[in-house]
Amino acid sequence: MKEIAMQMGRRQFLKILGAGGAGLTATAMGLAPTPARADGPRPYKLLRAKETRNNCTYCSVGCGILMYSLGDGAKNAKPSIFHIEGDPDHPVSRGSLCPKGAGLLDMIHSKNRLQFPEYRAPGSKEWVRIGWDEATKKIARLLKDDRDRNFITHNDKGQLVNRWLSSGMLASSAASNETGVLDFKFARGLGMLGLDCQARLCHAPTVAALAPSFGRGAMTNHWVDIKNANVILIMGGNPAEAHPVGFKWVIEAKTKNKAKVIVVDPRFNRSASVADIYSPIRAGSDTAFLMGVVNWLLQNDKIQRDYVRAYTNAALIVREDYSFDDGLFSGYDEQTLSYDKKSWAYELDESGNAKRDPTMTHPRCVLNLLKQHVSRYTPEMVETICGTKKEDFLQIAEILGTCSARDKTATFLYALGWTHHTGGAQIIRGSAMIQLLLGNIGMSGGGVNALRGHSNIQGYTDLGLLSLRLPGYLNLPSDKQQSMAQYLAETTPKDVLPGQVNYWKNTPKFFVSLMKNLYGPYATKDNDFAFDMLPKWDRSYDMLAYFDLMHAGKVNGFIAQGFNPLAAMPDKNKTSQALSKLKFLVVMDPLVTETSNFWRHEGAFNDVKTEDIQTEVFRLPSSCFAEENGSIVNSGRWLQWHYAGQEPKFEARHDGRILGGIMMELRRLYREEGGACPEQLLHMTWDEHTYHNPYDPHPEEIAKEANGYALEDLFDDTGKLIAKKGTLLSGFGQLRDDGTTASFCWIFAGSWTEAGNQMANRDNTDTGLGNTPGWAWAWPANRRILYNRASMDEDGNPWDPNRIILHWDGAKWAGIDVPDFPANIPPGSPAAPFIMLPEGLGRLFSINGMIDGPFPEHYEPVESPIAKNPLHSKVTHNPTARIFQSDLQRMGNRHDYPYVATTYSVTELFRHWTKHSHLNAMLQPEQFIEIGEKLAATKGIAHGDTVKVSTKRGYITAKAVVTKRMRTLQVAGQEVDQIGIPCHWGFEGATRKGYLANTLSPGVGDANSQTPEFKAFLVNVEKLEAARS
Amino acid sequence: MNLQNIIRCSATSDLTPAPQIRDHQMEVAKLIDVTTCIGCKACQVACNEWNDLRGEVEENVGVYDNPRDLAPETWTLMRFTEHEDESGKLEWLIRKDGCMHCEDPGCLKACPAPGAIVQYENGIVDFQSDHCIGCGYCVAGCPFNVPRISKKDNRAYKCTLCSDRVSVGQEPACVKTCPTGAISFGSKESMKTLAAERVAELNERGFEHAGLYDPQGVGGTHVMYVLHHADEPTLYAGLPKEPQISPVVEGWKDVLKPVAAVATVAAVAGMVAHFVGVGPNNVEEEDTSETDKTV
Repeated sequence: MKEIAMQMGRRQFLKILGAGGAGLTATAMGLAPTPARADGPRPYKLLRAKETRNNCTYCSVGCGILMYSLGDGAKNAKPSIFHIEGDPDHPVSRGSLCPKGAGLLDMIHSKNRLQFPEYRAPGSKEWVRIGWDEATKKIARLLKDDRDRNFITHNDKGQLVNRWLSSGMLASSAASNETGVLDFKFARGLGMLGLDCQARLCHAPTVAALAPSFGRGAMTNHWVDIKNANVILIMGGNPAEAHPVGFKWVIEAKTKNKAKVIVVDPRFNRSASVADIYSPIRAGSDTAFLMGVVNWLLQNDKIQRDYVRAYTNAALIVREDYSFDDGLFSGYDEQTLSYDKKSWAYELDESGNAKRDPTMTHPRCVLNLLKQHVSRYTPEMVETICGTKKEDFLQIAEILGTCSARDKTATFLYALGWTHHTGGAQIIRGSAMIQLLLGNIGMSGGGVNALRGHSNIQGYTDLGLLSLRLPGYLNLPSDKQQSMAQYLAETTPKDVLPGQVNYWKNTPKFFVSLMKNLYGPYATKDNDFAFDMLPKWDRSYDMLAYFDLMHAGKVNGFIAQGFNPLAAMPDKNKTSQALSKLKFLVVMDPLVTETSNFWRHEGAFNDVKTEDIQTEVFRLPSSCFAEENGSIVNSGRWLQWHYAGQEPKFEARHDGRILGGIMMELRRLYREEGGACPEQLLHMTWDEHTYHNPYDPHPEEIAKEANGYALEDLFDDTGKLIAKKGTLLSGFGQLRDDGTTASFCWIFAGSWTEAGNQMANRDNTDTGLGNTPGWAWAWPANRRILYNRASMDEDGNPWDPNRIILHWDGAKWAGIDVPDFPANIPPGSPAAPFIMLPEGLGRLFSINGMIDGPFPEHYEPVESPIAKNPLHSKVTHNPTARIFQSDLQRMGNRHDYPYVATTYSVTELFRHWTKHSHLNAMLQPEQFIEIGEKLAATKGIAHGDTVKVSTKRGYITAKAVVTKRMRTLQVAGQEVDQIGIPCHWGFEGATRKGYLANTLSPGVGDANSQTPEFKAFLVNVEKLEAARS
Repeated sequence: MNLQNIIRCSATSDLTPAPQIRDHQMEVAKLIDVTTCIGCKACQVACNEWNDLRGEVEENVGVYDNPRDLAPETWTLMRFTEHEDESGKLEWLIRKDGCMHCEDPGCLKACPAPGAIVQYENGIVDFQSDHCIGCGYCVAGCPFNVPRISKKDNRAYKCTLCSDRVSVGQEPACVKTCPTGAISFGSKESMKTLAAERVAELNERGFEHAGLYDPQGVGGTHVMYVLHHADEPTLYAGLPKEPQISPVVEGWKDVLKPVAAVATVAAVAGMVAHFVGVGPNNVEEEDTSETDKTV
């Protein structure tokens, strides 16, 4: 059609020419027509459209957006969003949106939005439309039957465990907190342990590393604060591509604060394109680089000594039986591949306090043990392991060293480039240690800034939607913990130094308040606050573990809510086989996911035998972010409230309504039929006493229960009434361990108080250094820069007079931020700033916080391009990495697969999601890989050729982007080439059909958090087909 | 945009210029700081979204540039260049391409359709596609190779500098969305001041040839660049060093147009004479069949 319109005959051409000629002539003679319209040809399209505020649903920058809908809000107009742009009032985004956010409209109105519930029968090749009622009833019946058959009341030892292992659930960290609360109640109310969210595939190692280092597992500062840095090290992340709007503040630091920007990455990426210094590194060698930096800082005395002495555990003395030898720490058991961590501890004095040597000269003080540990990481060793040139390394170490000055700060920005390794958590530990040595934690412009992934992955982590977690970073009890008293005794940290805050000592208050929220009046002192109702674990049921069980045929039912595990999990072919062994799969999603169609044959892209797959599949259309009210937590821990701009499209329903329907049907069945442990479900607070409509709980009432209520009148120590019965709590300081308070998530206490919804606050006044405490609400207690007491010395003098966050006003700490410290503990008192750690000190030595060592050590990725670890004679890989037998057979070697591959996101697309948005599909329409010019030349690969990339687990084909940005490195005396594999395309979407890139990645996880090693594995690459010229 | 603010209009003569007395409008400009651009393409999306444009989902041909080229549905796009300097230092130069909104617009000069291309007092050069006849002269007239003719409707399209947004006091969509602030918008004067600050900062960082791209060969532009290597603009995917309006177009405007006017008057007179004397022309059979074939 288009071609036809373009082709003109001679006659038409003459006609047009004639018209043009005539017009021209008339004009030339002064007869130009007067414009007929009073206003211009481009009327402004938003004039009276309804404007609704929301937040972008993709990444954790949490940009503010304005959604414009048809109609002015009149009841008779059905709002439909037709334009979205940035909210200029938002302190972080200031009106900007990245290509994903700018294209949100086409996600909301994607042709791939699900329209109505569908059902795929066992062996069938097609979907059949069903009604909501039928779907709800069928799913509830399947769940109940499986639960009744397989529920475990007691384990082999006779311990009460009340768990259900044969069905599991993936919760969506793109959903709101309020949905997350319901996800938790749904899964735990049924006794599920196979509960995980995207955090497992994302930043779980961040929590595993930062919590033992600083006390909390979150980004220490916030997006805008990046502008205050003097040096920005971007390593293990690529914020220009993954968090472009947050990157605004990197550019601001550069252009307004003369900051130096350093990028260390296997690939010269978009962040590198605007950096001052770029250095390549071999994927999987970051620990060696960071320990090299630690060594250089210590050798050259570039540490902030006063900070290190006063605020880190450098001066504490470690037990005599701690040791490290040839790759192994003391306490290793070769049988169990695990450590007995008892020697990784402080030496205690008679009164049980850790011994301390303020001169830091004791041979076993942490600082000296650290010196000894990192002495092997010379610049030469860094070059050998990382392939980074010695002079590049030294230049970077020297620049970082300048930030040991009190008035200079460096900030570290990282994301999945650090988490996706078998030693991911230890890499992050390395960065935490450097920042402690430089005195950069608690400082404005400093910090270890974990740039989280999904828009609410921080919230879903906070809400405990992980296999062994409870809300607010509490742990789910294990089956060894048979009473609440035992559980609390084992999880509440004891003081190790005198005079410390040790805030986790309040664990019983947080836990009991949670139990009062979950089980309401049923939870009493007499029944241990319903402690028995919680499922107890025997082992981790993280995604890797759970899919391995599924692969072994031990899982029957599975719910994937806003999650696309076929695309997101490593080793797609194994995932596919695992899903094929399910009896039933329930997919809740706004969009068509590959997971929902895992049974469909899609040529080579999804080469399955449909008729052999006996899994029943339900596909339920859920609403998207633009169609709901609720809150999401950005990377800076800001809980931001958003509003719906239109109703759910087609027959789509809110997640809470979908879960509410199934939950209420299950309760009906259990009431009427009985079954396995009905009380676990029936005592859960999900009924007409909890919600105005338990079939469709409203986000507002859930947000309030997340904050918490006073269940009785509460009085303070002086007898003053601080909260009346039935009122919302104003903060976690009011929580009690006697059952008089209820709060689902203690760190969210203060988010919705009697003063209203604090998350909806919109005062963007900058109180100084880019802090905007009047905008939204940050956990904990609206603190924006964590550990900010450490911005001053012990006597309360700021390290840098230009970065004053707090000051002592004679009675309390005050300033531009809420003190992350008891407001009334005066300067000069022994309490140290890291209030969530019992010693109050940032940990260079993580004592028993990590499972694979108190200091980081470089281990090779499970698939390594070099013969052995250059540091050790025997130990090559992380000795505690967990590899299932079924995965071990799927690992390749360096002879068959000689190139290092690393997967990542490019800025145009967000994971496997934006490929459904036409606006984004246009930007990166087709699957590609990146390959260096040198390797490409030896393989005869040119721009645009089609190549095949294979591992022992499978292959993909893709277009080749041949680039100068990937270079051959010299590693341990050999050449190592790296292949870049963006992870975005699949067999669904508006982009061209492609393979799921995770066909290639291996199913092995970080030793501490089981987050898969997506970032370093071995591949082969070959040319398939030349580009069409 | 208020039509009263049009100061130049295609295919009008000097005898009957567009209304020009409302000359107190601020001249606007967009400044693209290539040195802080990360090539994220947010501007491409914001442009498409605001202007209700959806191009094709193309293919990957071995580069990041997608869509491959400007098009009737793609008014701006990023062009990526991997450049190694003499010392071997790699730079990834990324330039947002699109209409430069020349002070002296070659497209407008070349355009024979009255009112199809206009320039507003604030400097924006806008295509009013409903007046366009699809002749393609604007393409030939543009020193930056920007306008594209649609195969759907045979009309020319390009960036409007969001004249609809600017007319109500908003910045263009690409400017607003730019994550790193590499695109700025304001009065041309303030943009030049900002550019000077950026150039000074770049000089300090060792980019001695950093500079502003505001080519005088087209009278300056209302879209300007800050370049690290202002001495070599062609490094940035062939940004012309000294753009000029083609002499043919200049000739057309200054010499041929008046001549053509006279010639056309004569031709019309001739046609009238022919009609009176001989009768209307018939379309020849051959013509029609040829048309069919091409269709």
